[in-house]
Amino acid sequence: MRAPRTAIAAGVIAAMAIGMAGCAESDRDDGDDQSNATGGTFIFAGAGDPKNFDPIFNDDGESFRPIRQMYETLVTHKPGTADLTGGLAESWSNDPSGKVWTFKLRQGVKFHDGTALDATAVCANFDRWYNMKGEAAQSQMIYYADVFGGFAGSPDAVYDNCKAQDASTAVVTMKKYKGAFPGAFALTAFSIASPAAIKQYDADTVTQNGDSFSYSAFANEHPTGTGAFTYGGWNKATGEITLNRNADYWGEKAKVDKVIIKVIKDENTRKQELRAGTVQAIDFPAPADRKALADEGYEVLERPAFNILYLGINQKNNPKLKDLRVRQAIAYALNRAQLVQTKGPGGAVVADQFLPDTVLGYAPDVQKYDYNVDKAKQLLSEAGATGLTLNFYYPTEVSRPYMPNPQEIFTVLANDLQAAGIKVNGVPRPWNGGFKDDVQQFGKQDLHILGWTGDYNDPGNFVGTFFGRPKVEFGDDPLTEMFTAIGAADATVDQAAKRTAFEQVNRDLAAKWLPAVPIWHAPPAIVTTKEVEGLVPSPLTAEEFDTVSITK
Amino acid sequence: MVRVVSRRLVQLSVTLIALMTLVFFWLRSLPGGPVDALLGERATPQTREALIRALGYDQPIWVQYGRFLQNVVTGNFGNSIRTGEPVTDVISRSFPATVELALAAIIIAVGLGIPLGYLAARHHGRLLDNATIIVTLIGISIPIFFLGYLLKDWLTQDIHFFPPSGRISTGTDNTDVTGFFVLDGLLTREFDASADALWHLVLPAITLATIPLAIIVRITRASVLDVLDEDYIRTADAKGLRNATIRKRHVLRNGLLPVVTTIGLQTGALLAGAVLTEKVYNWGGLGTLITDSISGSRDYPVLQALILLAAVVFIVVNLVVDLSYAFIDPRVRVR
Repeated sequence: MRAPRTAIAAGVIAAMAIGMAGCAESDRDDGDDQSNATGGTFIFAGAGDPKNFDPIFNDDGESFRPIRQMYETLVTHKPGTADLTGGLAESWSNDPSGKVWTFKLRQGVKFHDGTALDATAVCANFDRWYNMKGEAAQSQMIYYADVFGGFAGSPDAVYDNCKAQDASTAVVTMKKYKGAFPGAFALTAFSIASPAAIKQYDADTVTQNGDSFSYSAFANEHPTGTGAFTYGGWNKATGEITLNRNADYWGEKAKVDKVIIKVIKDENTRKQELRAGTVQAIDFPAPADRKALADEGYEVLERPAFNILYLGINQKNNPKLKDLRVRQAIAYALNRAQLVQTKGPGGAVVADQFLPDTVLGYAPDVQKYDYNVDKAKQLLSEAGATGLTLNFYYPTEVSRPYMPNPQEIFTVLANDLQAAGIKVNGVPRPWNGGFKDDVQQFGKQDLHILGWTGDYNDPGNFVGTFFGRPKVEFGDDPLTEMFTAIGAADATVDQAAKRTAFEQVNRDLAAKWLPAVPIWHAPPAIVTTKEVEGLVPSPLTAEEFDTVSITK
Repeated sequence: MVRVVSRRLVQLSVTLIALMTLVFFWLRSLPGGPVDALLGERATPQTREALIRALGYDQPIWVQYGRFLQNVVTGNFGNSIRTGEPVTDVISRSFPATVELALAAIIIAVGLGIPLGYLAARHHGRLLDNATIIVTLIGISIPIFFLGYLLKDWLTQDIHFFPPSGRISTGTDNTDVTGFFVLDGLLTREFDASADALWHLVLPAITLATIPLAIIVRITRASVLDVLDEDYIRTADAKGLRNATIRKRHVLRNGLLPVVTTIGLQTGALLAGAVLTEKVYNWGGLGTLITDSISGSRDYPVLQALILLAAVVFIVVNLVVDLSYAFIDPRVRVR
């Protein structure tokens, strides 16, 4: 008696299924007056949700991806590199003190709401950031707090004022020189937004609600920049962010009519969607899939490496680790070349210092620690550290571009250390559920693996972040000489002198201080179908989609 | 009936308050926390302190608990740490996705499970029965992950018959009315969108239905076999009742009681725990929300609300099961 109903239900489902098999989404191709327009929709599968679309309140790549298509910064990067070039400013210069920065703005640039980009608008943005009220809002301006030192009233604040010399000249004055500039002006967080829209949609109001914050209509529904795409909506139920071609864009206009950024968190599912042809590009393919996808005819676009994985050494818990010879023994014990070969994502290379060779201050002649177990044993014996036992912390429940498989990396490194006579006590901890706290706040570990993806082309952003000040991670206060040297290099205004200073820092880091052992640089990739053209992978994962076209 | 319902409501409130208290203190006893999740890797110590003050984490835990209870009572679950939206928005978006999926799975499981179980019992010891036992054993044992990927590999990668993931084709202009995509398409007469959503539902629903289907088949089979052995069936047969009448009045009616309980339990489990299926198919429902909220972000506000919701769903489903018991078996009404 149930059977007939079941059969009917199954029949209906089957009939509808067959009827729908041919269904496909429709792409509009309106035609356009622009000669370079190719039309169509570019569907890009990203790995996570954005937070909101107000650049200043964001610090993560998934939020920056759509933001970058809608907004622009004063200074930007040459496509495919970390080298600086003009963005909204055609050119920029600084005075010899490094405190006064003059930006010559492009003419004829308009925000998406039709208002003009001029020096007053640029200064309105700087003033907005500096004068942001409320701890809720300030606590969400991660990059601003980091780069500009603080807000109005804070003694550490670096920003002083911004003056519109004329409509196309903005002069930003700092209270002191900071090594992060000019590189940091290219940070997506410092994109220039329409002052009219900021006001109209109450952008500065960030309110606390329970354990988190509510953002304004500007951040959620009316992002207004000058970029090649305008905001088309965010369907949270399907995880799709739609961006439309900006027909009034000042530069070369986007080729496609529309971009859809679709959030697919599972890397395997991203790959399957690519194979099914429902998306045209995927971010962060699983390292193990890269070769297979390339063999199947997909384009695997490797980003130039802009990250570093290192083995951190905490000199506090175990006094033996204060001995340089022990730290060098650890470096010699690691067969990093083999690790890169067996566990490294495609394109990974052994690192011999803490920044990639694309960054200013990279020194080609640092001391290298090629795999040498005998040397490691000898150094341990000289230092009286035979039979050393070390607690090695590594994260679980996480995958980072520089560290796709922490557990496997740990296993290989631990085996190497044990082969050299160092006993390893592995301590797995969830990334956000203990690892970061134990390593960076409480310093429970002797060894750990961690890394970093750079934000902008500046050695301070790498070396300074790790070793520029006392950090629990490396044992609070191990090497005053190191902090001083890095601080001095970072404070050097002249770029040539800064390069020389940081080259020396890198040599000393390898030979004299060795607070950690650099492991590898691992370029993350994007994979596209053959029909996608013009996508330029960026070392900073700062791809812009206006150059992308879809060929059928 | 009124007494049953009101007793259940009291039970519900006590359970919820106890659960909330437990969850609040348990989440806060875990290492790591929302501060790290909100800050990412680049925050300065000053920013960290500002955030702790802004969120009131510098206040005693009892003050935080009081504020939390006050918020919950007034229906304010706060904002998601991960997305920044009000928790109620996040959940009301994910809830229909999971209900749609669970409903489809339950329709498949019940629609196929009861007749199959019944047929197996009727053909006790014969080929159909043996085959059913073997197939359902496989159904119960097969890990959802494996089955999901297997179906996907075969039906979406080898032969491009079904879409690999998601609830609707990318770029489809569907109007959101109820959050149930299939229904929304019908309501707004966007039949293409509705059909597309249904097409996306097939594989995840089959994957999710497998275990409850196998369980329902087995319970139905066992229960019907028990009933067939009862004296009253023999009596009914001896009285010369038609076979169809015996099946309908006696065998099914009595045989269905344990099946209804199982369906209830399975429905609750499906609603609360479609975690793996949702992950495999990028479904974006409650299961996905649970994993996203635990791993990485420690999204307390969402987790707290989700646990509350799961408790409510379980209790309501059980209530419905009890009431339907009374409907099927008059003896329960008397008690």
